[in-house]
Amino acid sequence: MERMITTPLSEEAVRSLRAGDRVYLTGTLATLRDAAHRKALALHRAGQPLPLDLSRVAVYHCGPLVRGDGEWRVVAAGPTTSSRMEDATPELISALGVRMIVGKGGMGAATAAACQRHGCLYAVYTGGAAVLAARAVRRVAHVYWREELGEPEALWVLEVERFGPLTVDIDAVGGTLTADVQRAAVDRAAGWNPE
Amino acid sequence: MTPEEMAAAVAELMRRAVTTLPGDVLVALRQAVAREEEPARNQLQAMLDNAQAAAHTGAPLCQDTGTPTFFVTTGAEFPWLSLIRPAIREGVRRATAAVPLRPNAVDPLSGVNSGDNVGRHVPVIYWEVVEGDRCRITALPKGGGSENMSTLAMLRPSEGLPGAQRFIVDWMARAGGKPCPPTVVGVGLGGGADLALHLAKRSLLRPVGGRSPLPEVARMEEALVEAINATGIGPMGLGGRTTVLDVHVDIAHRHPASLPVAIVVQCWAHRRADVTISPRGEMTWSG
Repeated sequence: MERMITTPLSEEAVRSLRAGDRVYLTGTLATLRDAAHRKALALHRAGQPLPLDLSRVAVYHCGPLVRGDGEWRVVAAGPTTSSRMEDATPELISALGVRMIVGKGGMGAATAAACQRHGCLYAVYTGGAAVLAARAVRRVAHVYWREELGEPEALWVLEVERFGPLTVDIDAVGGTLTADVQRAAVDRAAGWNPE
Repeated sequence: MTPEEMAAAVAELMRRAVTTLPGDVLVALRQAVAREEEPARNQLQAMLDNAQAAAHTGAPLCQDTGTPTFFVTTGAEFPWLSLIRPAIREGVRRATAAVPLRPNAVDPLSGVNSGDNVGRHVPVIYWEVVEGDRCRITALPKGGGSENMSTLAMLRPSEGLPGAQRFIVDWMARAGGKPCPPTVVGVGLGGGADLALHLAKRSLLRPVGGRSPLPEVARMEEALVEAINATGIGPMGLGGRTTVLDVHVDIAHRHPASLPVAIVVQCWAHRRADVTISPRGEMTWSG
């Protein structure tokens, strides 16, 4: 199934999608990589506010290549490997109410459990398709933490139009896609013997 | 040649490497599209469309413009040897600002990004001195997502070649979609730990579709391609017939007690470019 979705996403909209569905996203992305996850959770645990409400945007595992200074332009913005963020993600979903995460390569069982429990989606975009991804970016709305974390790790707020196709990998009702493919692959590999 | 000319050449080499996908990779991706079904076909088509968009706009194909890595094969009589290392550092600095490249050099102690892709031991330069008076510099910008799936196993020699091959196929199944498949896999077999990893990385310079000149190794490469593709990981781990575009194996004599097996994984965006410089400073480009 192919659908257009818009941020902020309701829990109902999130729960209506299934692993394997193809979606195009319009609205706001916030890029968060390893360091930004740590910083966001540290702020939350200290009772301090985040610069934006992550429940109203989609979290994007991405360290974009940008040009400019103050007036930013995104040159390339493909996804980075999501599994690096696995440890931080369940708390990001449960404590900050994140409804959608976009990345690549799949995520683990703890993220899948949090998605099901709290109503969150994890979708994947083609890794390396960074120029196509940048074309969907209408505007860089803001950048936070750039001085502190460096350009790839900063929190970039990107307004996007028809960003996709994204493939739902982990849905909010217990379905997974890449994890199933990988499980079957490991079984097949175990059964292989060279001549 | 002046230091300025050499630095400009390195900057141009990096620009070519990150904005264009070599012809052998494009051919392999097109062949893969033809044999795949959805959702694999859609992923591969996005890769090809993206390569075209990058070539058209002059933007880097992937935001991860990699760790700048250079293989220098120089004739011992090449007259500008002392210019090469400073020119690579300066050329990378310039390309970082001009192309642009994403700053990817982080101090492991402080966590501070140098901002210009230059740091301690970075750019990475591997030297090989041969006979003659020409110098060939190959740029291989190496992405972090695929490099993270690289590994080394020190197997027991009794596990032999079957054990080594089973290790490789199992590893690539477990890597799943993380290294941006379809990947190109470099394997170093034998040597010590460092040599095995070096051979694995260097073997990525061989064209996709090119076999080892050693018949037994070439057969092993074909068997590994078939077995890894049979796992069904597919493009971006979403399932399909194409998990690797190729596997390149290189071997070295090993210690009797050791069987090192190194795997270096390269994403589908297998970017590289090279320039050959004559003793008169004439440059021939490819990639």
